[in-house]
Amino acid sequence: MIKITIIDRNDKEHQVDAPTDMNMSLMELCKAYELPVEGTCGGMALCSTCHVYIQSAHELAEMGEDEEDMLDQAFFVEDNSRLGCQIRLKDELDGLIVKLAPQAE
Amino acid sequence: MSNNIKETDILIIGAGPCGLFTVFEAGLLKLRCHLVDSLPQAGGQLTEIYPKKPIYDIPGYPSVLAQELVDNLMEQIEPFGPEFTLGERAEEIEKLEDGSFVLTTSRGSKIKAPVIAIAGGLGCFEPRKPPIGNIKDFEDKGVEYIIRDPEFYRNKRVVISGGGDSALDWTIFLAEVAEEVTLVHRRQGFRGALDSVEKVMELNEQGKIKLITDAQVVGLGGSDQLEHVQIKHKTEGEFKKETDHFIPLFGLSPKLGPIAEWGLNITKNAIEVDTFDYRTNVPGIYAIGDINTYPGKLKLILCGFHEATLMVQSAFKTIYPDKKLSFKYTTVTGIEGLEKTAE
Repeated sequence: MIKITIIDRNDKEHQVDAPTDMNMSLMELCKAYELPVEGTCGGMALCSTCHVYIQSAHELAEMGEDEEDMLDQAFFVEDNSRLGCQIRLKDELDGLIVKLAPQAE
Repeated sequence: MSNNIKETDILIIGAGPCGLFTVFEAGLLKLRCHLVDSLPQAGGQLTEIYPKKPIYDIPGYPSVLAQELVDNLMEQIEPFGPEFTLGERAEEIEKLEDGSFVLTTSRGSKIKAPVIAIAGGLGCFEPRKPPIGNIKDFEDKGVEYIIRDPEFYRNKRVVISGGGDSALDWTIFLAEVAEEVTLVHRRQGFRGALDSVEKVMELNEQGKIKLITDAQVVGLGGSDQLEHVQIKHKTEGEFKKETDHFIPLFGLSPKLGPIAEWGLNITKNAIEVDTFDYRTNVPGIYAIGDINTYPGKLKLILCGFHEATLMVQSAFKTIYPDKKLSFKYTTVTGIEGLEKTAE
């Protein structure tokens, strides 16, 4: 179990426990805690509704082509943008801080 | 009823996997179906978003491609002769005195049925609109999200934004038509077919288009019609670009759309149903698949199939209150198709 901080769109911080033995993604974690993440496509990097900004210095697995492509269709994209569904929860991510990107409409 | 109204037993809104399988289960009970979908082809998000992705949780198929599953469903329902109205959005429903419904689509088609099954998935696919504060003010005044007729842009100045196939393809096409084409993309790499990427690079080198990468359109201006866009470059800051048209091409995203106005109980963009038979709060209207919600709901294709099956049993009783329904196993009786309806 690791701790992850998720900052919602009203700048409220949620520190949550995240299991690392279930092959869960950050998107699924947000949904499990009923944070306002749609995850429309079900985690296939096809919708960008789980767009987040990484705010801590953790080293994440490199972005795949699918994810990079999908971010082309997202808005408010910054250098620290990632899709939550492509981030697998692992022990190394203990203390990770992410902020949910604004929703387009 | 006038002649241009089509009649059916179950009107299915949404031709995704769940809507398609409804035709099969309805057909076993000799009920006819008519499907309406805003997309130009059947298959819903499977065809529109991820045709080439494998699906691993369809019982009996260790792996099946999304498009393959849709093709198989189409083959499976073929004996029951479903009718399709595609490329038209379900707009309005009207309840008649006899308890049946008439649906009107975005293009004015009318379909009458005693039962409506909403299998609308995530909703209707609509163009993604960039979050530029005043973009609505310029819609149809220089801002278009879909290119309907390329001739419209002849001898005009056009700014296209996006990095996918449609942005690339239209840039290439309009290079020949428009007076000036500028493509703005947020990074240097492009997804989309390699051929198109190379062609765009070539056109840029030849000076036939202007390619601005590492940049985004962040503002729009003009007194009545669009006159310029504001472009923000990653390192060079903001600048103004005069143009007649701005065409943002960021793909499609689903919206609940007109269904939200039909008097159904809705929570979090999903229609509340009773799991007994997936009925909504409006008698005669059911909701199945990803578009419904109930305690314990899982948005899975296989759950949608189950919901469709139970829903159809209840629909039969709604349509034929006096007939006794005898459930049949297809392993015993096989599939008996339906006669073609006379046009």
